[in-house]
Amino acid sequence: MNYFVGAIRWVLDPAHYPGPNGIPVRMAEQLWYTALTLVIACAIAIPIGYAIGHTGRGRAVAVSVTGGVRALPTLGVLTLVALWTGIGLQAPIVSFVVLAIPSILAGAYAGFEAVDRNVVDAARAVGMTGWQVLARVEVPLGLPLLIGGIRAAALQVVATATLAAYVGSGGLGGYLFAGLQTRDYEQMLAGALLVVVLALVLEGLFALVQRLVVPRGVVAQRGNVRTRPSRSRPVMGDPIEEGK
Amino acid sequence: MSWVSSNLGVIAASALAHAALSAPTVVLSFVLSVPIGWLAHRYRLTRGTLLAVAGVLYAIPSIPLFVILPIVIGTSARSPLNVVIALTLYGIALMVRSSADAFDAVERDVVDSATAVGFAGMQRFFRVELPLAGPVLLAGLRVVSVSTVSLVTVSGVLGIPSLGLLFTDGFQRGITEEILAGIVATVVLALLFDVLLVLAGRVLMPWARATARRAPRARTREARA
Amino acid sequence: MITARKKGRLAVAAVAVGAMLTLAGCASGDPLSPGDGSTASGSSGGTIVIGSQQYYSNEIIAELYAQTLEANGFTVDRQYQIGQREVYLPELEKGTIDLMPEYTGNLLQYYDKDTTAHGVDGVYSALAKAIPSSLHVLDQAPAQDQDSYNVTKKFSEEHDLHSLADLANVGGTITIAGNAELATRPYGPTGLKSEYGVDATVTPIQDSGGPLTVKALTDGTVQLADIYSADPAIKANDLVTLEDPKGLILPQNVVPLATAKVTAKAADVIDSVSAKLTTEQLIELNSLSVDKKESSSVIAKDWLTKNGFLNAKKK
Repeated sequence: MNYFVGAIRWVLDPAHYPGPNGIPVRMAEQLWYTALTLVIACAIAIPIGYAIGHTGRGRAVAVSVTGGVRALPTLGVLTLVALWTGIGLQAPIVSFVVLAIPSILAGAYAGFEAVDRNVVDAARAVGMTGWQVLARVEVPLGLPLLIGGIRAAALQVVATATLAAYVGSGGLGGYLFAGLQTRDYEQMLAGALLVVVLALVLEGLFALVQRLVVPRGVVAQRGNVRTRPSRSRPVMGDPIEEGK
Repeated sequence: MSWVSSNLGVIAASALAHAALSAPTVVLSFVLSVPIGWLAHRYRLTRGTLLAVAGVLYAIPSIPLFVILPIVIGTSARSPLNVVIALTLYGIALMVRSSADAFDAVERDVVDSATAVGFAGMQRFFRVELPLAGPVLLAGLRVVSVSTVSLVTVSGVLGIPSLGLLFTDGFQRGITEEILAGIVATVVLALLFDVLLVLAGRVLMPWARATARRAPRARTREARA
Repeated sequence: MITARKKGRLAVAAVAVGAMLTLAGCASGDPLSPGDGSTASGSSGGTIVIGSQQYYSNEIIAELYAQTLEANGFTVDRQYQIGQREVYLPELEKGTIDLMPEYTGNLLQYYDKDTTAHGVDGVYSALAKAIPSSLHVLDQAPAQDQDSYNVTKKFSEEHDLHSLADLANVGGTITIAGNAELATRPYGPTGLKSEYGVDATVTPIQDSGGPLTVKALTDGTVQLADIYSADPAIKANDLVTLEDPKGLILPQNVVPLATAKVTAKAADVIDSVSAKLTTEQLIELNSLSVDKKESSSVIAKDWLTKNGFLNAKKK
């Protein structure tokens, strides 16, 4: 408890604010890494996930590949890439993107799969083309699960981004390592606390976004989860491969 | 790859230590999450709170957790117990959500009919709900298992024996083979754990495969043809 | 539906208990298997437990001690790559680790933060007094491996840099690549400012002056790099180590830190190894590790054989 109080005092100490190692700069770095990672990971994972969800092909491959990617240890990828590229953005971003992809990919395809087939058939029946079905039915109906996937990825990345400091790329992790090596546990806990605060802010943001993007029709869709579990599977933000 | 061939012993010892940290973590995460997940499923009010707590838990960076735990619970700083406990917290954070979902996915009619034929309380839980939630629980556990095996490596930063030591050592010495070997070994270990879980699932839930194959598959194909 | 439920009933116990047992089975089997003794319950019997820091060079030195002791009939248990002082020093004090290669200056500053000792021998004798009574230091080796501030040859020529004092002429704020803790060490930015009037900030990189730190220096991301003086990369990259006329950085001679378990006889054996270990030799050993990628046991064995430690007393 003493450490905890000390950590809060550390965070509030004005001496820890100015300069490149100050709290605002390190926080901004942490957020910037998270944001950049999510944008890149989305750009990679969403098209692939949509392709899988829309065509229904390649799911088995995607499931096993995401499983494998999920097993890639971030610290390993980070240090490996860092040895090649040196300090800077590349190594952390590459390793965090690898970390973020599985959740987003699963969110994307699970979102499509959760769309009731009857709805898709109905859309076809009223004359929608494949692209129209995708853009006007599957994408909006799949959004809640996709956002859930991005939310899970964001949470993972914002906490893991502390490792960037291990390879000299800044972020809040510097406080953790400095605190660790010098037995300054208050500084270390302060770093952890700041990360948790960022995570909470992100969680709040995503909860808000999730509420805003859910189309009116999807509320009814949720009801279906109870009565027809075989069709719309519950998918937590973290993707599940259904017992295969 | 000369480093690998002359250090097979190091890799094997690290992998074993890694497995020894991961296995109890996965088991503990499962055993502890199921009741919490059931509570979240059963009582709507607790659901939001429990899932939110789980989310925040997951956001705590692991390095400070590894360091602070021994101070809080009084273990020695090098004790593997610190890693197991810290990673179990993350495991629970992931697993509570999927076990809540797993119990949600059990059809209410089935639970009601179980009640009607005289099942109640613990009996209904262990003999009806838990088995029926099994497949989704297993799916969630597989995610926990993979991410645990991967997360254990971070403890290498603190010098706790695991495959993570290959990253820190390789990084300091600039030996890319060593880091690569660590990555490959971690993935292989994760795969091994996954295979074990899937096999356990097949043995314990033979019905899951049969129904899974029959129901949704056929419908999907039909709908997409 | 009915069959499913029947099967479900039968398998109920299995799911509930069996799954856990299967998993617990493989879980409880595993902790017994790793042979690295990470959970060793301390030094029992005649075994000397040797630890090492999480630093490849330190592990090599630990291995030098281990193999020499073994060659002289002692039993040792290796527990390498432990990490930070706050982890292993309490264990030495408790007696779960008996022997650890250390460095005089840093170890002294751990026990006596505000030490005023200076010079190789001054630091050593201050250290001998500063450590807890349950511990003792053996002879220090001539080999030094301390923090040192390095610049590229080009940068040194451009600004006519030879000493830390010259850095003030460069102007502006100097960025230093080094471990995160450098920011708060007495010889970090605070010391540079008070002793040499240099403004500096630390770009933290956790590889202890390893390849990434060197790379950051050579590609110009930072102007100054904190690299251990026994790091072969200094020579390999033609770096210039800046002199420290005011003795900001304490000398770090390699010194074995031991518990009472390390008897006079064992100490003699280790002292003979320390006597032969010079900075040049240490750089060579380190180079075998990072350039030839050899393991600590091979490196130690070759060096000990070459210096006659392994065959002398055995035959």
